[in-house]
Amino acid sequence: MTYIDYYKILGINKKATENDIKKAYRKMARKYHPDLNPDDKEAERKFKEINEANEVLSNPENRKKYDKYGKDWKHAEEFEKAQQQQHHRGRRQRGPGQYSEEDFSDFFSSMFGGGSARSQRRNVQFRGQDYNAELQLELEDVYRTHKRTLTVNGKNIRLTIPAGVKNGQVIKIKGHGGEGINDGPRGDLNIKFSISNHSKFKRDKDNLYTTIDLDLYKALLGGEVVIDTFDGKVKLKVKPETKNLTKVKLKGKGFPVYKKEGQFGDLYITYQIKTPTNLSDKEKELIKELAKLR
Amino acid sequence: MELKDFIPIVQLCEHYSVEISFFDELHEEGLISITTLEQTSYLHQDKISDVEKMIRIHQELNINTEGIDAVFNLLQKIDSLQNELNKLHNRLSLYENDY
Repeated sequence: MTYIDYYKILGINKKATENDIKKAYRKMARKYHPDLNPDDKEAERKFKEINEANEVLSNPENRKKYDKYGKDWKHAEEFEKAQQQQHHRGRRQRGPGQYSEEDFSDFFSSMFGGGSARSQRRNVQFRGQDYNAELQLELEDVYRTHKRTLTVNGKNIRLTIPAGVKNGQVIKIKGHGGEGINDGPRGDLNIKFSISNHSKFKRDKDNLYTTIDLDLYKALLGGEVVIDTFDGKVKLKVKPETKNLTKVKLKGKGFPVYKKEGQFGDLYITYQIKTPTNLSDKEKELIKELAKLR
Repeated sequence: MELKDFIPIVQLCEHYSVEISFFDELHEEGLISITTLEQTSYLHQDKISDVEKMIRIHQELNINTEGIDAVFNLLQKIDSLQNELNKLHNRLSLYENDY
């Protein structure tokens, strides 16, 4: 167990009065309180640290012990003295330097009463903590409503993921969070969706956008193209004399609208005309003929 | 209105060890809505999560009801900015050639 400088954590010195400690704790707690810093793991960690520091320093007896042994708590001689004072029995005789880090930890735990900080609080019932989890999915995954089993804190949860869920959206599952304090109700589980897109489509809300290559002759003379969508292949008619970067809208071929079954956004296709390269002599000849006709 | 969805304020005071005046102050600040039926005051159960947050902020940070109001307004603003940021982030991907 590593030595933790509780004074440093609260930003105070060793001469701090009880009032100074209280003020420092309140100031730090206001900065890092989890309710004021939602989804901030670093703030949560800091808040735990300052709580621990406050639990020790705000109790005069614990503070005295911490002040006496805390700084030099790896100093075996002092530890041994303290150990002797505490037990008198000396059944487990050990010489200086024979104590492990665990011993020091146990010693401190016994000094500070061993109970957790929470157990010393008032007997108030609180709803359990809300858990926040992130679920990473591909865009294709959220095209259809499907079920998934998630493991949260060792428990399996069967979850229905509705089609059309958006990147960054949070779904709350009631009662799947942390256990309540003093038999309070359980918290909720908030699942944030992180949706990556490695498809050829760009998504904006419920609409999809894509660009497809169109060969020059098809653009000039018209024809058909087949494109792959999340819902299968779609055959499209290309009008003769289609210009480069022409946009075509396919109504209802976009992304499903969240929680509105049967409703879809639109799919926008941009044609990018590819001019032929590596022309043969014959092709060059014919194009020259064409040019003369214009 | 279904009474089963409402919890008597007195019960909440006992449960969370807070004075009834705290709920009155929250109500006066417009932070909660109290429903009175046959001389008993109730809170809708959907508001319990918010009320617990208010109690924690009040008890652990020593913040009064005016402060809680300010905190909740700022948290709402953060939430709306976060949503806006997400939307813009999603739209930005339209213009990035990363696929």
